[in-house]
Parts: sequence; C-alpha cells; structure tokens
Amino acid sequence: MDDKILLAHGSGGKLSHDLIESFLPELSNPMLDKLDDSAVFDLSGRLAFTTDSYTVNPIFFPGGDIGKLAVCGTVNDLSMSGARPLYLSLSFIIEEGLPVADLKKILVSIKNTAAEAGVKIITGDTKVVNRGSADRIFINISGIGVIPEGVDISAANARPGDKIIINGNIGDHGIAVLSQREGLEFKLPVPSDCAPLNGLVSEMLAASKKIRCLRDPTRGGLATTLNDFAEQSSFGIIIEEERIPVHRAVMAACELFGFDPLYIANEGKLAAVVAAEDAEVILAEMKRNKYGKDAVIIGEVVAGHPGQVVMKTTLGASRIVDMPVGELLPRIC
Amino acid sequence: MKFVEEYRDPDLAKKLLERIHKNSRKSIRLMEFCGGHTVAIFRHGIRQLLPDTIKMLSGPGCPVCVTASADLDKAIALADMKDVIVASFGDMVRVPGSYSSLQKAKADGADIRIVYSVQDALAIASENPGKQVVFVGIGFETTAPTVAASVLQAQTEEIVNYSILSLHKICPPVMKAILDLGEVNLSGIICPGHVSAIIGSHPYQFIPDHYGIACAVSGFEPLDILLAVDMLVGQIESGQPRVEIAYRRGVKPEGNTQAVKLMESVFEVSDANWRGIGAIPASGLRLRGEYGKYDAEKRFEIEPGPAIEPKGCICGSILRGVSTPLECRLFRRTCTPESPVGPCMVSSEGTCATYYYYQGS
Amino acid sequence: MCLAIPALIKTINGQQAEVDIEGVTRGVSLQLTPEARVGDYVLLHTGYAISIIDEAEAEETMKLLKELSEAN
Repeated sequence: MDDKILLAHGSGGKLSHDLIESFLPELSNPMLDKLDDSAVFDLSGRLAFTTDSYTVNPIFFPGGDIGKLAVCGTVNDLSMSGARPLYLSLSFIIEEGLPVADLKKILVSIKNTAAEAGVKIITGDTKVVNRGSADRIFINISGIGVIPEGVDISAANARPGDKIIINGNIGDHGIAVLSQREGLEFKLPVPSDCAPLNGLVSEMLAASKKIRCLRDPTRGGLATTLNDFAEQSSFGIIIEEERIPVHRAVMAACELFGFDPLYIANEGKLAAVVAAEDAEVILAEMKRNKYGKDAVIIGEVVAGHPGQVVMKTTLGASRIVDMPVGELLPRIC
Repeated sequence: MKFVEEYRDPDLAKKLLERIHKNSRKSIRLMEFCGGHTVAIFRHGIRQLLPDTIKMLSGPGCPVCVTASADLDKAIALADMKDVIVASFGDMVRVPGSYSSLQKAKADGADIRIVYSVQDALAIASENPGKQVVFVGIGFETTAPTVAASVLQAQTEEIVNYSILSLHKICPPVMKAILDLGEVNLSGIICPGHVSAIIGSHPYQFIPDHYGIACAVSGFEPLDILLAVDMLVGQIESGQPRVEIAYRRGVKPEGNTQAVKLMESVFEVSDANWRGIGAIPASGLRLRGEYGKYDAEKRFEIEPGPAIEPKGCICGSILRGVSTPLECRLFRRTCTPESPVGPCMVSSEGTCATYYYYQGS
Repeated sequence: MCLAIPALIKTINGQQAEVDIEGVTRGVSLQLTPEARVGDYVLLHTGYAISIIDEAEAEETMKLLKELSEAN
C-alpha cells in the first residue's frame, strides 16, 4: 500500500476496496463485517440518537487524537441523555496526502476507545477530497443508545436546591490542544481529559434516581453548560469560584493567553444537576470511578435570577457568568 | 502562581477593604485608566465591595478600543492586497472598521494570521519569502518595545518582506487630554501597571503637580488594586496628591530604561487619532525615518476610503469616562459581543464587553 | 492594558530563555531585559520579558499589606 492517501483511495475502485479491507480487522464485528449498504439490527425501548463532526486541529494532541475524540464525543453525548451507547457509525473525510500511518494510528485509537466504551462501529464511509478541500482528516460519528426504564435526564429538570457536580478539573482539553497550535507552542504537563463517560454515568444512574440533568461541557466550556441549565430550567445557578477545580498549569496557560477556564473546552467532563438529598451519595459513587475521582460540588440551583449564572468570587462578591462569544483567541490585553 | 496567588488572599483583602471603608470619608471619583484593571475589578467583584464614597470610572486604556476606524480600515485594506499576509494579535480581529473587520476579510479570502507574539509574525515573514508580511502594531508602551525589537531583529536577520502598520499609542498624553477636557471630575487615577513597568512612574508626575489629582500605579490582582485604592484614599483625605506605586514588584520609578531606549531608537512620537477622542498631539508612535522601509504605510499605497463611525455608538464618551455603557441606547440591544457596533464591546477588556459579561442585565 | 504574568527563567541561550509558569514552559525573548538571569522571575508579555520581578519589593509589599490590615 502507498504511504499516503491518494484521491484514488476514495474512487470506489480497487484502492478503495484495499483501504477498507485494511480498516476492517481493526474494527471487526459481525454487523460491520457484512459490508452491506446499511447495518441492520433490532432495538427496543426509548432510543437516543446523536451525531457530531470532528475537525480538531492538530489531529494528534497530548492525551488523544481526532479518533479518540470522535468516539468519546459521541459516546458522551448519548450518555448525557442517560442512554447506554450501543452502536456508532464512522465516516471519514480525508484530504489527499494524509500519511497512511496517521490514519492507522487514528483507527487504532478509535478501536481502543470503542472497546473501552463497549460500543460497536457498525457502519462507515470514507471519502477522499482534493488537497485544500479538507484539513487532513474530518470524522463524523453518529451514535445510537438505549435509555433505561425510568431515566429522565434533561436540562429543563433542574429545581431550586439541586446541587451541581463536576467530575474534575476543567479546561484540560482546550488548553492541551492549544499547546500544539502553530505559533503558540508551549509545553503543558497536563494531557487532554478526553475520555468516554458512559461507565461513570451508568454508575451514577445506578446510585440515584434523582439525577436531573447531565451535560458534557465541551466547546464553550462549563460556563456555557451552566447557562444552558439555567436557561432551559428557568431557574438561576450559583457557583463558587474557589470550588471550581482547575489544574495549576491550565490556570497558568489561561493567565498567559488571557482566557477564563470557565470557557475552555473539556472532552472528559460532565456537569450534573442532582437532588440535594442524593448529592453526597452520587459524589461518593463518582469518586470510585477513575473519571470521577476528582468530582466536587461547585454550586446549586436557586429560585432567584432565573436564567442567569452567578459566581461568588473568592473575595465574597458576585458576578455574572455569561455565555462566551466567538472563537477564543489569545489576546495581549 | 507565585507573585499572583498571594495577592488574591481573601482575608487580607477583607481587612484592607475594612480599612478603606474606615478611611474614606470624602466622596471621590477614581478612574482606572487601564482596561485590564476594569476587567480585574469586575472579575473579582471589587466595585461592590468598595464603600459608597468611592465611584470607579473606566478609562481609555484599551489599545483595541482606541484604534480609530480609519486605522483599522488600513489594516483591512492591506489584508485585501495580493500576496500580503497580515499578522495581528487576536484582540483586533473582530473589531469592526468602517466597512469590514479582519475576521470578515479573512472569511473573504484574505490571508490573516493571528499571532501571540510579534516574534511569530517575524517567523511567518521568514517562512514566506515570496509574500509581504505586515504586522498590525497595536498597543501602548508595554507592547511597542517588543515590536521595536522585532524591527531590529528583522534588520539583523535581513528579513526584507516584513513591515509594521504602527498604530501604537502612548499613555501620558491621553491622560492629559482627558484631564484638559474637564468632562470628568476626577480625584484620583489608578495608573496602568504594565505600561509603567516600561515607562516607570515619573511620567505621571504632572498629574498631581498640575491637576492636583492623586495617582497610584497598580498591578492586576485584587490586593494590588485595593492597595492602590487605599493609597489614593490616603492621598485624597490628606490633601496630598502624589504618585505612588502599589506594584513595586513589577514597576520601578524609572521603569525599564533598556526597553524605553530600544523603543525610542525605532519609534518616534507622532500625533495620533484616538477612537472617540480624536487627534491628540504627540500621543502615538511612528517608525523613525531610518526604519522607513519597515513602515507599511510607506511600503504600500493604502487607500481605504473615508472612515465611517457607527451611528449612535457612544464608545467615545465611554472611553473618556463621561458615560457608562448603561447610558448607551445600543448597549445589549443592537450592540452585543456577537455583533459589536463599537470597539468597547469587542475587546475583552473593553468597558462595554466587561459590563456585558460581568454585570448582567 | 497589557496582559503580563510572572514566569520563572529556567535556562538562557543568548537572547532567548525558557520560562516555567506552574509547569507550563515556553520560549521567551530577553531582548528587553538582557540583565535577566536563570532563577529570576520576569513579567512576560507577548513572548517578551518586559521586566524582572523585584522579589525584595514583593516581600516589602506583602509586609505593608499585612501591616495595613493589622492596623485596623
């Protein structure tokens, strides 16, 4: 096989066939191996269905790569509705010239992450486009999952008095990716937090029936997720600045480039709104999972200031935490 | 972080606040000149914690906000030229000019690179010998020496395809201009910390001497700002205005003389246009004649067309401390961070954006 | 204003230095502070050290802050 992906690999001919054949062993399962036009399967109950495209640049970053990110992102989106993720589709748009070795690395990472999350890739597609028509590789993954009986998770469910929990340090992913960006290069001792959270979520759901809302604070960061909770429930949210967990190095990078960690992307974090009476039980359960060991209560839902997120500052004052606007750009002032 | 965290100590802050509450008797108006101070004050909620006797006003110390539309139009016109790469700090790219913004020009195909340091702009120039790289030089005395250093480096390394659109401005003249306008009745000024790291505290001496207004140079952590406020209250209550430094770890009275020397070797003082304030004599920096070949305005014929200021925008009087964003008809209605009308809403340290993000509706 | 944060100089190579900020490391230019030495903290602005932090003055300021607080 060539060492670079060529346009011909997407032509539908012999090279395409060879390329797909080379994927298959990595992702093999009976449904995928049939290579029919669609995957056919039975499912019953309430289903959750989601899709997301991944265009991260750079495609390899400390703690992950675009493949791991894509699987985690879709698995986590399903998990945040309380669903047990089962099946994924996998679609590549590849810019010609991508080293085959890079594609292999991404595939292995997809395989490992899917295995960890216990999900199967049952259908897929590959297209190759001209140089300049894509940025090395884009991935789209759709996912389907089953929502267990009695589970009702929605941002609108938050009630005054509920506690807000986050499962660890915020901002790791966004800053890890930033550290690799051309022109900004810096060394960061913290990898991306990119991780599949379905295991953690199922343990949380088993521990309590009173989990109201779950959301993964990806792009837009924790601030955006909390604003979603406030807006969709029509209640207010209060968080405490000194309880927000941020790794020292991530904080330092934020200070360096003028970012607020509340607005930085995470890929292995969830924010949960839970009934106050179950908060400690849920927290204890979360701490037993490797992706929840640093879980902490950061605030609560209140009846006042509906739709708004307010932060009590370390000095004892309070301020609004609004939605972020636009792309985060390093700034000098 | 060392030299940061200890200046956020809530217990010390509480005690210092108690002291300020006790000592502040006269009703006073303090201007934080610098946008960075505005952000820090809002981010930590300091305004709410000060006594009612102290009114804080925000000043024009945001290099993005004070860049005139006409100057921004020049940057956009350069970006539209063939084989020109415009390198800019991230702060500038969303700011609306008369007709467009760098962000829109980029979407239309212009080659615009966002850099963290002017060194990155220089690197882009050496990697793209077939193209012209123009760096949009914004910033006060803190940033201008770094840009001067890049010009000297370009000269040493014989990087010929590099030039600067110098929109740099200097602080003391605009402070004087605002005081001369007499629109705001100030009792004291919190002077910029990192500008002063370069120029020192002496350049502010005319403020107590000629205007009888108290001055304190401050850092950007809560205790730095509270110490500066405490110093200002002390000066005002005792009727002895002078220039004090509340940020001695970063600012020497004489500043960083090496950096000033370097800046002055490359740049000379010129008149400059401040958005919302207008022309202020001797308040800008342009490349000296011997560095003319690095001056983008000399290298290229830039004709951006007549500048248009947005209708109804009161950024000007906000920058002068005369109005607050809450008095602007556009604030939160047609002017938001998503679609900013004026520059004070764009820059993350602009007064309008700070009010928008931290104060709520 | 201008964003600048304290960074510790780890190594120096000519006019370039490597600094550490809580584990974050990056190259910076010492063109504006040629007298900076390994072990100094500098204020870092857009990739340039713009001044050397005066540790003795920092201690003095902390002392002053504590005195002012206790004098209440």
